[in-house]
Amino acid sequence: MAVAPTDLEIARLERLANDLRQDVIRMSASAGKGHIGGSLGMADVFAALYFNVLRHDPQNPEHPDRDRFILSNGHICPVQYAALARSGYFPVEELTTYRKINSRLQGHPHFGSLPGIESSGGPLGQGISQAVGRALAARQSGGRHLVYCMASDGEHNEGQTWEAVLFAGARRLGNLTLLVDRNNIQIDYFTEDVLPLEPFVEKYKAFRWHVIEIDAHNIRAVVDACGQARAIREAPTAIVCHSTPGKGVDFMEDHYEWHDHELDVETAEAALRQLRSAAGVIDRRIASLKGGVAA
Amino acid sequence: MLEDAFLSEQVLSEEVGKEATRRGFGDALLELGAMNRNVWGLGADLTGSTQAKLFADAYPDRFVEVGVAEQNMAGIAAGLALEGKIPFMASFACFSPGRNWDQIRVSIAYTEANVKIAASHTGLEVGGDGASHQALEDMAMMRALPNFVVLAPCDYLETKKAVFAAAKHRGPVYIRFAREKTPAFTTEKTPFEIGKAVELTSGDDVAVVACGTMVHLALQAADILERSGVGVRVIDMHTVKPLDEAALERAAGECGCVVTVEEHQINGGLGGSVAEALGQLRPVPLEIVGVHDTFGESGKVAELWQKYGLTKEAIGLAVRRAISRKEAGAGKRAA
Repeated sequence: MAVAPTDLEIARLERLANDLRQDVIRMSASAGKGHIGGSLGMADVFAALYFNVLRHDPQNPEHPDRDRFILSNGHICPVQYAALARSGYFPVEELTTYRKINSRLQGHPHFGSLPGIESSGGPLGQGISQAVGRALAARQSGGRHLVYCMASDGEHNEGQTWEAVLFAGARRLGNLTLLVDRNNIQIDYFTEDVLPLEPFVEKYKAFRWHVIEIDAHNIRAVVDACGQARAIREAPTAIVCHSTPGKGVDFMEDHYEWHDHELDVETAEAALRQLRSAAGVIDRRIASLKGGVAA
Repeated sequence: MLEDAFLSEQVLSEEVGKEATRRGFGDALLELGAMNRNVWGLGADLTGSTQAKLFADAYPDRFVEVGVAEQNMAGIAAGLALEGKIPFMASFACFSPGRNWDQIRVSIAYTEANVKIAASHTGLEVGGDGASHQALEDMAMMRALPNFVVLAPCDYLETKKAVFAAAKHRGPVYIRFAREKTPAFTTEKTPFEIGKAVELTSGDDVAVVACGTMVHLALQAADILERSGVGVRVIDMHTVKPLDEAALERAAGECGCVVTVEEHQINGGLGGSVAEALGQLRPVPLEIVGVHDTFGESGKVAELWQKYGLTKEAIGLAVRRAISRKEAGAGKRAA
């Protein structure tokens, strides 16, 4: 397992997560709307993945040894686009072309348009199967890389999700790690009102997966869970990421309406003000941690 | 008309050899497995029926049994393709693309994943299993998808050639074939190139454009018509998409009328493609022989073909209608 990250490294990742959140708000405001709730909720996980966990090279997006990351809940692509841009796959300025004509940043990701995107996604339930295919190919050819997939809790309504989960568990795909955004919302209502998923963790266990539950906003927990998943090769690992949709903007938090929502300039500015003050707090902590290191 | 090197000497004889087109798929996939280590197979609990078992037994490390889960199969195939593999996913057409069209559309077509979909048990030839299992809509579904090539080979040998060509083609390919043993009437010399129709006979009173197992029926009808002095150009349109528009336009120009024949709904399949093309390129009288917007039922293949209008007599009647419409048109122009 990798060396545990320092407090400074964790603070750096938290600051990057804040950047991703601000990007999501700016992109959605520029487009007039966007899938904001899930994107803000997963910003900490994306910061952990792209800036610590994943072995990848933005200068060589098709490196055969890279870890693969497949976004099954393609609608939260704003946060993935932001993570890719800030990793260096393409210019950050391009982010505001999201959802616009002639853009590489489609409303749902399109494989082949944008470097770093590993699958076309959108219709729910399709990503895990693709991740399984990639994991099978890696296992057969002796590849050392891992396959990561993110899925939403809502897409566990889809039959295909369970086909893939059953298969991956039965075939002991230890090189597959699934991160489930357990944010309890979907488009119509809360998940437990639309179609209850609980007991959720037990379902994965029954399907022969290793399961880890984490607080999705505790970046150290995300990094640790991914390290554990990397070490466990006997079974695929599901990391159930308990998250707050809309995290970081108080009037968006835990409101299913913000799953996909219009965003005007004033509302965006109000959201950005909150995020900027949170960034200031992290910056001060980073300064003091650096001071501590220097001392 | 029957001396053509593209056709077996026994083409219309009772002695003609018979083999199922699905067996052509199974044999070709097995050969591909030896030729190319990137070729994979996937099955959904119908591995014996689709003949993919030949490959599965020979190359177990490159075969994925997904269980009765066609949606998952399409996604896994896409994932394998994006890792550089050439996956052939095999099932019955009623399930794949019947069940998993959305996965095929997004995970495969939109992604341009190099996946080959092998669909067995198409048409009425499922026989006793009845309408639920008789895929008569698959070409319409697959033809509508951007980036897809749609193939409907006519016999055992042509199916093998189609499978080899599909493996070579970079991009998604759909190949439909059938369960029953049907006449094996093409030869090693019969050319096969994706998107290039094969003219099997050279008459010029009417062009009969057929695909799949209906090509042999078209040849039988042509033989009868020929004896009463009607010159029939039988065209094996094994590639339904992209359609060989040049061959069609030439046939329409030289014959003046066209009949299409397919074991598929008359909506959206071969007849639909030909109508779309000729309507824009060279409108001539067109008759479409196929299943007329209805479901099939249980029965023996011959009984079903008879009941649902897939016979050489039905083709003959369609030819007569097409020719009389052509002549009526010519008469009008003359008057």
